[in-house]
Amino acid sequence: MFVVEMEGITKRFGSFVANDGIDLRVKRGEIHALLGENGAGKSTLMNILFGLYQPEEGTIKINGKKVTISDPNVAVRLGIGMVHQHFMLVEPFTVTENIILGKERSRMGFLDLKRAEEEVRRLSEQYGLQVDPRAKIRDISVGMQQRVEILKTLYRGADILIFDEPTAVLTPQEIDELIDIMKRLVQEGKTIIFITHKLKEIMRACDTVTVIRRGKMIDSLPVSDTDENRLASLMVGRDVSFSVEKAPSQAKDPVLEVEGLVVKDNRGIEAVKGLDLTVRAGEIVGIAGVDGNGQSELIEAITGLRRVNAGVVRLNGTDVTNKKTREILHRGVGHIPEDRQKRGLVLDFSIGENLALITYNRSPFARGIRLRYPEVFAHAKRLIEQFDVRTPDERTAARALSGGNQQKAIIAREVERDPDLLIAAQPTRGLDVGAIEFIHRRLIEQRDKGKAVLLFSLDLDEVMKLSDRIAIIFRGKIVGYVDPKTVTEEELGLMMAGGKGEEATS
Amino acid sequence: MNLFVRANRQSPLLLAIVSVLLGMVVGAILMLVAGYDPVRAYSALFRTPFTQPFDIGETIRTISPLIMTGLAVAIAFRTGLFNIGAEGQYIIGQLVAIIVALKFSLPPVLHALVALILGGLAGALWALLPGILKATRGVHEVISTIMMNFLAFYLSNYLVRSWLSSGADSTPMIPESASIRWDPLQSIFVNSRIHLGIILALLLALFMYWLLWRTTIGFEFRAVGLNPSASEYAGMSVKRSIIMSMLISGSFAGLAGATEMLGTDEYLTILTFFNGLGFDGIAVALLGGNTPLGVILAAVLFGVLTYGGGTMQFEANVPFEVIRVVFAAIILFVAANVTGWIVERFRRGRKVKENA
Repeated sequence: MFVVEMEGITKRFGSFVANDGIDLRVKRGEIHALLGENGAGKSTLMNILFGLYQPEEGTIKINGKKVTISDPNVAVRLGIGMVHQHFMLVEPFTVTENIILGKERSRMGFLDLKRAEEEVRRLSEQYGLQVDPRAKIRDISVGMQQRVEILKTLYRGADILIFDEPTAVLTPQEIDELIDIMKRLVQEGKTIIFITHKLKEIMRACDTVTVIRRGKMIDSLPVSDTDENRLASLMVGRDVSFSVEKAPSQAKDPVLEVEGLVVKDNRGIEAVKGLDLTVRAGEIVGIAGVDGNGQSELIEAITGLRRVNAGVVRLNGTDVTNKKTREILHRGVGHIPEDRQKRGLVLDFSIGENLALITYNRSPFARGIRLRYPEVFAHAKRLIEQFDVRTPDERTAARALSGGNQQKAIIAREVERDPDLLIAAQPTRGLDVGAIEFIHRRLIEQRDKGKAVLLFSLDLDEVMKLSDRIAIIFRGKIVGYVDPKTVTEEELGLMMAGGKGEEATS
Repeated sequence: MNLFVRANRQSPLLLAIVSVLLGMVVGAILMLVAGYDPVRAYSALFRTPFTQPFDIGETIRTISPLIMTGLAVAIAFRTGLFNIGAEGQYIIGQLVAIIVALKFSLPPVLHALVALILGGLAGALWALLPGILKATRGVHEVISTIMMNFLAFYLSNYLVRSWLSSGADSTPMIPESASIRWDPLQSIFVNSRIHLGIILALLLALFMYWLLWRTTIGFEFRAVGLNPSASEYAGMSVKRSIIMSMLISGSFAGLAGATEMLGTDEYLTILTFFNGLGFDGIAVALLGGNTPLGVILAAVLFGVLTYGGGTMQFEANVPFEVIRVVFAAIILFVAANVTGWIVERFRRGRKVKENA
């Protein structure tokens, strides 16, 4: 018995075909994984099911009945709920207030919060969510906030729950808990569609997996009949190597030394609280931590983008604390920023201009204040070829490139400046497997050339694969170092959540 | 912020042409409703600016300050700043120019040159304060430049009455030595008030092109205008770009005021309201897509409409206000990006047919 049947779904955006005749059949009471790389068309397909997009072709049946889902209200009425990747919660409101938002119960014109609270408590108990209905959103953890999102869909009577990459924001322990909750939901008769590109989670949690590649459905098969390698090659369309080849590191003198660093965030609250960190030439130090523990502020402080309130940052022995960004960059820091579209590129500049974004005022690009465009474009042509940036030419706007190629351009720009310290923040977020392999190779290459690399990533696999040492950041401090060769993901997760682990292999 | 990005990105020519045509249609409808003959009105409007050498000269004179204020607004726009204060910078430019003209005694040419330069500098200083406030305190430039407009307005009126005249409504005429009218130019366009401002305007357009697209300073301006976060990341000083851009923008507007004073008006009166050349600069910049060439073309159009609008009043009995309505309609169409909308409509319509 299928609860969801999508047949021949086609959706175009301009000339781009996001979904090309996709079929998806989901059985009642199963956890059905929707697997594909970023940009493969998973989210588009689910947005169609949730009524956010209208397909050009194809039919949708819910519980065997043909339906037209013209907007999300229709989807909700059909019992479909979506847990978005980015939470849509009002921070100063309580859990209950958030859940009833848009569907408030009233008695004689007054909000009946008490009844709503009871209802939320009942649902929370029924599905083992352990959410306090009176807690304010801003006081609860990200994992809890996600459960509030789940409760929101249940409160609206959802039987079919769509989870859009739910594990991206969670620690390993929270992921375990989420998987337990998903299994509980299914036991209680719900059906779950789980969007992801993480193979491990599919193997652990799901019953069936449907693989989508470049807008087409490739295969749909029971999870028990397959394994990670098989799924990976289905997803990418070729065999992929998971391991990264690298020789043991030959760490030398310290390049970056951070001592007692204190930095405030945008709200004026201390986000980095007395942090110490050393990165030496010839090693990759990975920073592992749950998002929001001071990572962004640390990077910005090192690169001069944010004021340092106390402590010292030294680069090759020179004090660069609170120096101007330009000076720090020219002293040998390369920076692959966390948010490539906001920080890394001027999207409406050409690729050529973007590749000279930092060095435009130096020879050979500038003579006095005169900017020499022929040099800018010649330089861009070389880098485009060397780093395999797929673009029609060097005059194309950066906006027109795919995410992977935008990132390659940034990496080309930063690596080419040959920095002593390369800071890579989330260097592969949202990229496909091919681009990830390329970027990983480049980072290791820098290390092997005797450069220091500081890696920030929320993807634990990436941190464990690339790093020579892992530093764990928690509440604005480095709480310990671990050896990636010996540490397990569980130990790492525990330390990321504030628990104690093995201390200092540095 | 989105407005800046869009204004700096769109392909402006098609949008400008469509918007102008639609704006004129709106004007025509208005005329029909009010009982005027739009065909006669428009033919008078577009014929008269070009018939006599005198008219051509006067049209060019109308165009010159529009180019300069248009460039002023455009260069700030490129840096992500909305300089509503071109009006005030214009007034200060004209005020300082007449002070130099009346209070200094200098030989010809030099006198005019000093008056022009100080007028431009005064405009720059008038824009500097909002620039500094924006860069250091985050004060929005729209608010501060509007306030600076009123400061300029009342300062000008106060000085005209109390210092530059003896309690009268206007100052004396500027001496010959400070004039920027040029005999050879005037003899071509018999007796019109055309002056060297047009040459300066074209030079400024050239300068803006060179600065924005041929220098590292302009590279910074454009980067800051499109993405301040990335500019900061790349080590540029966003503050410096904001302040420099405001300085240059203000000097352009100040020069517009100075040339009008030394070439067209030759004396300054008590202002009853803003004369609107600075505000028109916003319209010119927007229609011209913030490019130097676009600004020149837009200024030509608005200049022709303004001058032709005056004669239209005589020939077709249509009130001048109709032309201001046409201006406003054109700007609304540009701001609403009508072509984008029409093109989108057209595409969607075609797609539906394909699928049917």
